[in-house]
Amino acid sequence: MLALYSNPKWLSVVRGAVERLVETLGFPPVQCRSVIRAVDEALSNVMRHSYGNRLDQPIAMYFRKARRQYEGEVQEGLEILLCDRGPAVDATKFHGRALDRIRPGGLGLHLVRQAMDTVEFTRKGPTNRLRLVKYLAQSNSAL
Amino acid sequence: MQISARRQEQTTIFDVSGDIDFANSRELRQSVLQEIQERHAGRVVVNLSQVRYIDSSGVASLVAGLKTSRDLGSRFMLIGLSPAAREVLQLSRLIKLFEIYDSEEQALAS
Repeated sequence: MLALYSNPKWLSVVRGAVERLVETLGFPPVQCRSVIRAVDEALSNVMRHSYGNRLDQPIAMYFRKARRQYEGEVQEGLEILLCDRGPAVDATKFHGRALDRIRPGGLGLHLVRQAMDTVEFTRKGPTNRLRLVKYLAQSNSAL
Repeated sequence: MQISARRQEQTTIFDVSGDIDFANSRELRQSVLQEIQERHAGRVVVNLSQVRYIDSSGVASLVAGLKTSRDLGSRFMLIGLSPAAREVLQLSRLIKLFEIYDSEEQALAS
């Protein structure tokens, strides 16, 4: 579990931690970069949108192994739960922009969705919860 | 992130190092836009060879530089893209907008 405040200075620290984690779990380099990017973009969105750039708001991140049956094989992976206490987010707006328009806005969410196998947003009590899961092909697993 | 500028006649080369993320992308944006708008650089080259990571806000800063360059009739180029930087531009489908070169020599000769 990682507990941090909504100050962007912590982004590089989290990227470093996630990098070590996904490398240790055996994700190949391209997927390592994707997961790091997804976590970084999701965390930036919390700081920017949920907390309106305030620097002192709480964020909690939980990491655990995930497992699923997929096309006849067991796949293991990494589940990340990102929790904040900002205002409730309209889940219907929780999607990236269409990429047929040339502009960068909404790109962060697109990168999150592109990287992860599961992206789920829920509100539980006063907490926004973003659940991200990435599975690893069995042959690459170091779990 | 660290950013420094080299100027050669009408060309300004920004050497950027470190990670570009939400914590510092505004600094990159301001530096690049100031060079284009106030110094009227005819050609701006952003050297990303020492940048290991760039997020969507960093990409937005580069797009702002590109748009402003186009508006003012100057050129905007990227050189030395790392795998992570290239991936994020490809995934955003914004890569086709930029003039991208492997090296400074190639960019300046273009």
